[in-house]
Amino acid sequence: MLSDLFPPAGTPQPEDGSRRSFMKQAGGILGLALAPPLVSQAERLTAYSKVIQGATDITLRVNGQAHTVRIEPRVTLLDALRERLDLTGTKKGCDHGQCGACTVHVNGRRTLACLTLAVMAQGKEITTIEGLAKGDQLHPMQAAFLKHDGLQCGYCTPGQIMSGVACVQEGHATTDAQAREWMSGNLCRCGAYPNILAAVREVATQQSKG
Amino acid sequence: MDTEPQFFDTNATPGVVGQPLNRVDGWAKVTGQAKYSAEYNSLPGLVHAVLKTSDVAKGRVTGFDTTAAMKQPGVVAILTHQNLPKPVKVPDSQVNKGTLNSPMGFFPMLSDEVHYAGQPVAIVVADTLEHAQYAAALLKVNIAPETPVSSYQDPKAERYVPKNVKGTAGVTKRGDAQAAFQSAPVQLTATYTHATNHHNPMEPGATTAHWEAPDRLTVYDTTQGVSETQKTLALMLGLATEQVRVVTKYLGGGFGCKAWVWPHVVLAPLAAKAVSRPVKLVLTRQQQYTGMGHREEQEQTLRLGATKDGKLLGIVHEKTSTTSPWDDYAETNSRIINMLYALPAFESTYHLAKASVMTSTSTRAPGDMPGSFALECSMDDLAYQLGIDPIQLRLLNYAEKDPTNGHPWSSKSLKQCYQRGAELFGWNKRNPKNGQTRDGKTLVGWGMATASYPVHNSQGNARVRLYADGRAVVQAGATDLGTGTYTIITQVAADALGLPPENIRFELGDTILPSTQWSGGSTAAGRVSSSVYLAAQDVWQKLIKLAVADKNSPLYGAKSADVEMGNGRLQLKAKPATGEAFTEVMKRASLGDVEGNAQGRYGSVYREPSAAADADMNKEEKEAAAGYSMHAFGAHFCEVHVDPELGTVRVARWVSVMSAGRILNPKTARSQVIGGTIFGIGSALMEQTVRDPHWARYTNADLANYHIPVNADIPDMTVDFIDEHDPHVNAMGVKGIGEIAIVGVTAAVANAFFHATGRRLRSLPMTPDKVLDALRQPA
Repeated sequence: MLSDLFPPAGTPQPEDGSRRSFMKQAGGILGLALAPPLVSQAERLTAYSKVIQGATDITLRVNGQAHTVRIEPRVTLLDALRERLDLTGTKKGCDHGQCGACTVHVNGRRTLACLTLAVMAQGKEITTIEGLAKGDQLHPMQAAFLKHDGLQCGYCTPGQIMSGVACVQEGHATTDAQAREWMSGNLCRCGAYPNILAAVREVATQQSKG
Repeated sequence: MDTEPQFFDTNATPGVVGQPLNRVDGWAKVTGQAKYSAEYNSLPGLVHAVLKTSDVAKGRVTGFDTTAAMKQPGVVAILTHQNLPKPVKVPDSQVNKGTLNSPMGFFPMLSDEVHYAGQPVAIVVADTLEHAQYAAALLKVNIAPETPVSSYQDPKAERYVPKNVKGTAGVTKRGDAQAAFQSAPVQLTATYTHATNHHNPMEPGATTAHWEAPDRLTVYDTTQGVSETQKTLALMLGLATEQVRVVTKYLGGGFGCKAWVWPHVVLAPLAAKAVSRPVKLVLTRQQQYTGMGHREEQEQTLRLGATKDGKLLGIVHEKTSTTSPWDDYAETNSRIINMLYALPAFESTYHLAKASVMTSTSTRAPGDMPGSFALECSMDDLAYQLGIDPIQLRLLNYAEKDPTNGHPWSSKSLKQCYQRGAELFGWNKRNPKNGQTRDGKTLVGWGMATASYPVHNSQGNARVRLYADGRAVVQAGATDLGTGTYTIITQVAADALGLPPENIRFELGDTILPSTQWSGGSTAAGRVSSSVYLAAQDVWQKLIKLAVADKNSPLYGAKSADVEMGNGRLQLKAKPATGEAFTEVMKRASLGDVEGNAQGRYGSVYREPSAAADADMNKEEKEAAAGYSMHAFGAHFCEVHVDPELGTVRVARWVSVMSAGRILNPKTARSQVIGGTIFGIGSALMEQTVRDPHWARYTNADLANYHIPVNADIPDMTVDFIDEHDPHVNAMGVKGIGEIAIVGVTAAVANAFFHATGRRLRSLPMTPDKVLDALRQPA
């Protein structure tokens, strides 16, 4: 019963920016820092922008389009999207990786934009809610949210939809219990959960048939 | 009234009202196009404001060290009580508080006083958010601390009985409840506690203020009432009402906390004035916990007297809760306890203790939600004690009339709710004994509770503009909190105009539109739908007048009263074949559009508008004037699974049946009901904000530590509605459903827990520590 909640070993995991993956990353950096050569590692970490203080030009590929923005290294991907690129579909609910409203896809994986520095996203494919539909053709997940009323106020909705799309792609929406678990990083205060579940499961079922 | 008020009869013209339409604003929301209040980025020279708040709950600001902060690039200003422009009026008296739609009798940053942790003490304005945030972090505020009072539980707290809480007397008596209780053959006494809860809308409070001229202010705000915010900002900033425009096109949840003008809403335009640039001020999630109120922590003691047959004789209710240094605020829990059952005698006393906290505020079903917890758990106790089925006990005490005033109900279908809910749930298979049902090691229990929420009087305007090409624009300055207002009003307008819904554009959330009251207290659906329906009638009356005077119309010479609208045609009531499309009438008259306006009224003011104007009348008197008591009713049923080793409680199944007049859209209505229920499940099982007893600061003010339900906490839910015709509440026969669904939820969960374990938990939330503790006690 519980086994379907967890992926088989080797399955790609969502890049959730959680403490766990941060620790892994930090541990990695620490490990490398103890071993020479230090310079090449530092070089590798700042491959794109070598500026560590003050604003610099960086290029972000968002929804297939390249945008050059002048920002400081401390600017999060979320604030770069919302405040610099005016892509306000990605929402800020907590700014601490606790609510999931800022979920976007980075190289196809769901990622919390508030826990990602914009400079870290250089050279990667970023997809936001604005890039999901093809013109007037909604993504099946967007259409399913509409059909099942998987939203009320709409503020968590972009994050829910981005998570929903990834959840299906990850193969984490094969049962109701599994989809509930893998959608639980996205909070919804209006309480649309049963409808969100219905939308995610419908798309998962369609795709497994298709 | 000399004439019967107009009433919408859908049976006459079946259309889209009552159909499960998808949200009309859904497209904008699923594509990220919906623009919320912090997302107006293209204002010229927009800068970011970040609040610096006090870490200390009580004290005086002795000074600021701005040296490091001011050195940061991009900093435009650091504003404190020493240099912030002063508002011309603040809610420093109860009179001012009332006129200002202010939730607190206090406004920060006027002096060096600090009265609660999280109180704004400075505003840092900078060109970018990062600069503002970092400079705010570097800004040093020196505060001479004093000893705070943390809550009513603090030994230092002084308890008192207030004269009034929210318009209800501190002590109310109906009959002699004390004597009724003392002489009752069955007496139950129990004390219930409820933790501090926070609304936590996913969208934090945000205000973007733009002074377009010294006498023209536009504010994009997270508010449930644009008109109330407009009026308040005008008064506080010394402007005329029309000089302030407030816009809220999309609101990321409210639940009561966005119903008021909190300090940051005024601080943003003051800061914008100081720096002469548009300012965006967004509360952080942490600041949300001390920026927009909360549901107060509280304790209720309920003494219930009944006959051996289970008939209620009297209830004595006492509530103790925390309030702020300035206000006598408490949710009025007594309301629902007083009216829910045929109760001959009732007495209620409110006790308050002032603490170093901000004033608590309206939170989804204020009063009725925690009140129903005490009442519905005690009813469950009574049912078990007497060996009566919980539904049967409620039917025994069914109130055929409002026990508080003897009035008939405008409509009440609670019996049908019990019956339908029991069927859907399979209640008849319930084991009448508690602590008997197991699924493996899991303890399984079933519980139920009654829900009710009153109809609060409100009124507001709407405009309908019908174009000759068969399209219409409908306008009312309401807000859609996610409740479905955009959608249901589109449906009402479509039917009232005889047009398909795709031909209707409904605009809301802007004070340039006809004004209407806030979206709160479950009033918006009933009020705005009525306003729009009546405005459409105004359009038809204008067109009918034209047609009967037009020699080229088949209706020429007919009496206006004999003509009606049917599917977009003007036609004779007696002979519908005689008539023509409204477009024909407009074409001949060379009219591009026809505009209708109307005021809609919700509640007892629908039939007795004069009662609304009489400021001396209280709610009960207004209802008395209309002759009816007005409430929505419902019933919740749930199954919980308790893990006796881990102490976890999981809700496994849920059924809610509601009766709330005409349901305009069963899809969005169902969402409202599941949403309210889930909010209640949160309060029942996990939600609590903990204030440190020494420092009076919240210790868990974020979404990682304040737990709200997630998808994995929520089971399949079944919702049904009882068809209800109510010609007394408003022109559409609609009662609100935003709040009723949360009422009774905590009790239903607690009752199911009792059924599962034989232990009664009377302290919310029912976290594993309390569960394990209860399971260690003898049943």
